[in-house]
Amino acid sequence: MTTVSNPPGAATRATPTLVLEDVPAAPVRSYKAVYVYEVPVRLWHWINALCITVLAVTGYFIGSPLPTQPGEASANFLMGYIRFFHFAAAYVFAIGFVGRIYWAFVGNHHARQLFRFPFWNGHWWREVWTEARWYLFLEARPKKYVGHNPLAQLAMFWAIGVGSAFMIVTGFALYGEGAQAGSWQDRLFGWVIPLFGQSQDVHTWHHLGMWVIILFVIVHIYAAVREDIMSRQSIISTMVSGVRTFKDDASE
Amino acid sequence: MATLETFYEVMRRQGITRRSFLKYCSLTAAALGLGPEFVPTIVQAMETKPRTPVLWLHGLECTCCSESFIRSAHPLVKDVVLSMISLDYDDTLMASAGHQAEAILDEVIRDYKGNYILAVEGNPPLNEDGMFCIIGGKPFVDQLRKVAKDAKAIISWGSCASYGCVQAARPNPTRATPVHEVITDKPIIKVPGCPPIAEVMTGVITYMLTFDRIPELDRQGRPKMFYSQRIHDKCYRRPHFDAGQFVESFDDEGARRGYCLYKVGCKGPTTYNACSTIRWNEGTSFPIQAGHGCIGCSEDGFWDKGSWYARLTDIHQFGVEANADRVGATAAAGVGGAIALHAAVSALKRAQHKGEV
Repeated sequence: MTTVSNPPGAATRATPTLVLEDVPAAPVRSYKAVYVYEVPVRLWHWINALCITVLAVTGYFIGSPLPTQPGEASANFLMGYIRFFHFAAAYVFAIGFVGRIYWAFVGNHHARQLFRFPFWNGHWWREVWTEARWYLFLEARPKKYVGHNPLAQLAMFWAIGVGSAFMIVTGFALYGEGAQAGSWQDRLFGWVIPLFGQSQDVHTWHHLGMWVIILFVIVHIYAAVREDIMSRQSIISTMVSGVRTFKDDASE
Repeated sequence: MATLETFYEVMRRQGITRRSFLKYCSLTAAALGLGPEFVPTIVQAMETKPRTPVLWLHGLECTCCSESFIRSAHPLVKDVVLSMISLDYDDTLMASAGHQAEAILDEVIRDYKGNYILAVEGNPPLNEDGMFCIIGGKPFVDQLRKVAKDAKAIISWGSCASYGCVQAARPNPTRATPVHEVITDKPIIKVPGCPPIAEVMTGVITYMLTFDRIPELDRQGRPKMFYSQRIHDKCYRRPHFDAGQFVESFDDEGARRGYCLYKVGCKGPTTYNACSTIRWNEGTSFPIQAGHGCIGCSEDGFWDKGSWYARLTDIHQFGVEANADRVGATAAAGVGGAIALHAAVSALKRAQHKGEV
């Protein structure tokens, strides 16, 4: 049991409320506003969103390049620039991810959800099931959640928690090929290439990873918009202000 | 063979003058990227060290490695080091045959126990107790095990010995198996390629004979001096890649101008080999220079990675042959459609319950 401490100006109701926050993804009792996403988490979220956009677009054009450029080779550097943006965004993405892991340790407990997969928690799985039923139009009324709902956490853990790590590891392994044998990228991540078989297999898996993240992004944006309209709590504004507000006071 | 001769003694016996011998030492130093101060070291080694015989076995293979090898652009290296002084057994190249040839194997194993190099071209098929490849009336795998037992080191010539190559491609009916999966207790140098470049083969052997140690290997057991870079890294068409100038289809204007072959499936960016530096047939050309993309023949399992003109591996789990991008785009379209449908139902539901929550 912890007490919710609201930042100045963020709370609409000043009464500190006891909530079941130690239980992951526990439905919320009655209160109006909670400070959920701290500044580093929000900053990371939007930088990461930008990185993923740049990485997916440039990555796609690295795999399937644009039509041939006219003129002298020396007058063009299109692939070079596309690859530069891919690598630059990849570094931001990777450093951001490391920072985000750090924040999971020092931030509030919501910051840990992205990296947690409570596989042995039966209660959590039942909540996943309830949330799945809500999306299948089988539940009349959704539950309230301070952090991510369990289904969202499940998707986020695999697509962003595990997915980012996978893309960073395979990405740096491929980058190490260009950076040449003996570079720190090669020394740290070069083992990935024989693990997958050969370079082409790593490329293939890196592409598949991109599509998994794209699928996640599609579902994530849709679910965020839909939940913002149809659930009982704020969603999109929460990732801007950090504060979760609720539309009703009912406890269940 | 009562006493073990040195390299130098054997060379002199073969009629090589001292002058030619010294020239050979300088050439070897240059070929291995060593400075002139290493020439006396090589001379010293050749004069004092007993020669190291090489036994060259042939398993399940097409002999393209040997075909490549005998076209080495540096005949001095090939003839002197291998034909004359070191290559004691190679059933394809040697003069003797039958029992006489097989007797040489036993003789070398006995006289040079633990001190000869075993070069393997092709690989052993393991199905049916190895009956798919019979040498001298016995399964090749038995011969391989017997000769490997007392070898100092093993060279896996070509993609067959290194990775399995075409005979190990799905479904691999004979269970052709790369050498390192059969012989696990010896240092193995993989020299992949279908075939490997002649100068790479002679270079590896020369290094081992002169320095009496195996060359530095990368994670996959390939000599770093020839396999540490991709075709792409040293490709003379690389500027067109960086500029974004591609051959869109064979015979188009880009192909005539010699643009990058990436979009017609060149596997140079995923293939480790020395083709773009050493080239083939006395440095005349290599596939990309001839206008065709690299097919990645020196990479593990290159027969099973889908088309030679595709840069992504085929994914067979979806029934039809598809690659990562096709699978991903299909899934994205499917999820997009499902979301549109879901959104429509959600809107209807919401309209039904308007004002309730």
